[in-house]
Amino acid sequence: MSVDTTAVGQFERRARRGRRIAKGSNALIGLLSILTFLALWEWATASGHIPALFISSPSRIAAAGAKMFQTGEIWPHMRVSMTEFGIGFGLAVVVGVPVGILVGWYRWAFAATNPFISGLNATPREAMMPLIVIWLGIAIWSKVALVFLGAVFPILFNMMTAMHTMDASLLKVSRSFGAKDGQVFRTIALPSAIPFLISGVRIGAGRGLVGIVLGELYAANAGIGYLIAVYGSTFQTDKLFVAVMIITTLGISLDTLLRVLERRFEAWRPARG
Amino acid sequence: MSVPASSRKLEAREVSVMYMNERTGTRTHALENINLEIYDQEFVAIVGPSGCGKTTFLAAVDGLIPLQGGEIRISGRPVTRPGRDRAVVFQQASLLPWRTVMGNVIYGLQLQGVGAREAAARSQEYIDLVGLRGFERYYPNELSGGMQQRVNIARALVCDPEILLLDEPFASLDAQTRELMQAELLRIWLETKKTSLFITHQINEAIYLADRVIVFSSRPGRVRAVIDVGLPRPRELSIKRSPPFLEYEDQIWRLIEDEVKRNVQGAPR
Repeated sequence: MSVDTTAVGQFERRARRGRRIAKGSNALIGLLSILTFLALWEWATASGHIPALFISSPSRIAAAGAKMFQTGEIWPHMRVSMTEFGIGFGLAVVVGVPVGILVGWYRWAFAATNPFISGLNATPREAMMPLIVIWLGIAIWSKVALVFLGAVFPILFNMMTAMHTMDASLLKVSRSFGAKDGQVFRTIALPSAIPFLISGVRIGAGRGLVGIVLGELYAANAGIGYLIAVYGSTFQTDKLFVAVMIITTLGISLDTLLRVLERRFEAWRPARG
Repeated sequence: MSVPASSRKLEAREVSVMYMNERTGTRTHALENINLEIYDQEFVAIVGPSGCGKTTFLAAVDGLIPLQGGEIRISGRPVTRPGRDRAVVFQQASLLPWRTVMGNVIYGLQLQGVGAREAAARSQEYIDLVGLRGFERYYPNELSGGMQQRVNIARALVCDPEILLLDEPFASLDAQTRELMQAELLRIWLETKKTSLFITHQINEAIYLADRVIVFSSRPGRVRAVIDVGLPRPRELSIKRSPPFLEYEDQIWRLIEDEVKRNVQGAPR
């Protein structure tokens, strides 16, 4: 590609370089800020200002983490938590999507189910926990239920909203071209619902993770949340931080994955920003 | 007129449409006793002040709203619902935003179940016709308003309807783009000779495009006058400044002047 030496070309290249530098310097500032924070934290305990028992320290956490993964003591718990999340979240998608579509598409379905859906959604899951444990015990199924309850409503409501906010002019176009009900659904309703679906799934994933931790803190015999409870009650702050960070990492990874997916499906949207 | 029945693409016989105002409980005649015919390869424009029922008439022809009286026939078959014998070019381009230009143009053919290869070939033909070759893979949000309307036109033409229904397709374009799109539409029409019904409130647009201009009056919507436009084709945009053109414009303006003034002054409806 030849270099554009015109004034406009130079101007554009300078502007582009400016944006690139801005982006790079933002990342640099962020990195510096994290490093400063970690150094302060390390110093606070190393200098004896705050007991390590309370806040641990980056080096202790790193050492504890390395050991937990080396000895393998963390793996069974991660497996339990991931299984709970996988089943609960999978069920939430499998139930939330079709029910949301049905309730959004048919007025009678909305009228019949709305009191239950709104009521259940307004009920804090924390309040349901004792009941769920009575029903399902302290093994994985009570946590599966909590993940499900957390994730299913954002997905369901988003699908319902997608059906309710469909562009009337596109429906008219579709009808005018002679589309039958099924075709209107496939060619208009579903594609316009995809952004809603992905954002529902993103919110649902976050709530699902909270569900695991809550459930395992309350009543469990394995899982990352269970470890947090045990390490907390035995003052093993180093390991406690490791467990918390595993949850954080999971949350960030899931969210990033879904953001990538979101962008992939929204090539047709006007660019933002 | 002694025209063989087979060349009648559209017949409206004593068509009437009523609207119920739910709040006041009053019924208004949107259309009353509309009689008109459109012949094969004819370009007819309906012009009238806003609220004269011209868009309602188009929706009735498309089969989207029920009639309270009369009948509309397309090539002799009564209209009951939307069908393949008609295709609409909408006022807002109303393109499916998640489909490319090609995806939008091919839409109607897919709904009809035309085979993928044939549908793609036919769509390409009409994309070329409306001057969008090279833009097949663009999304609507990457196109200008004029280009979106070209897609809108191609999407309707590719279905090869008996009659093309155009609902003020250039109303939301800026003045210059609008002029150019009018000329483009005439070029496309001369190539396809597709029987067309064009709705507009702009008098000179109607005269420039049409073989016949049907003037509607409002409340209730009625046919006020039918004017044969004797201007030769092909028509350059400059024809709009020619004396005969201005005479037509004056004639139609005088027909609807009173109503437009009444609308502006806010007389009770």
